[in-house]
Amino acid sequence: MGFLTTQNEAGVRKAFDTLRDPVKLVVFSQSLAAADLCLQNEQLVREVASLSEKITVEVLNLAIDRERAEGYGVDQVPAIVVEGARDYGLRFYGVPHGREFQNFVEAIVLASNGEPALTEETRTALAGLGTDVEIKVFSTPT
Amino acid sequence: MRLAQHMAVASERVRATAIEATQFPELSQAYQVMAVPKVVINDRVQFEGALPEPEFLGAVLQAAGSDTAR
Repeated sequence: MGFLTTQNEAGVRKAFDTLRDPVKLVVFSQSLAAADLCLQNEQLVREVASLSEKITVEVLNLAIDRERAEGYGVDQVPAIVVEGARDYGLRFYGVPHGREFQNFVEAIVLASNGEPALTEETRTALAGLGTDVEIKVFSTPT
Repeated sequence: MRLAQHMAVASERVRATAIEATQFPELSQAYQVMAVPKVVINDRVQFEGALPEPEFLGAVLQAAGSDTAR
């Protein structure tokens, strides 16, 4: 069963035309915790990855691959880590549907190009950060 | 989420975590998510709705307590 409609598949392909460097989508699942959602998440990620040869997928188990999960700071499932030339700290908890899907596609493009669209002022301020910052953004599909 | 993602890519210090609120009810409850998008930075600074870039940056700097940031 496909998640993408013909219409949004075309949109995603168009966005992926701009991909530069390879992107790895690291998926964390755990069948005991949230089997259905994890399965949906894996299917969605594989479907998206199939739209560009620059995208690869690795599926890990939160309970088994603990060191990897800890390294990524992932402690919930389903989760997706979007990695480009380095781990930029892009994380998704939950199956990215609706509005989240747009963010997910944009995260892939950003991780591939490594070119954030921010003002010079913002970049300078961020470069001066003395501590780690975690920005959690809660949203719903609609 | 857009600004958070761009900031994460711009700085090795910043991580952007998107959370689908309906799939994580306990987490949403813990962070008192009543409206979305809700942004929580370092569990210290939070706001609802989208902010323009300068205000969003201000929230990040406030959460980081970064008097050193210029």
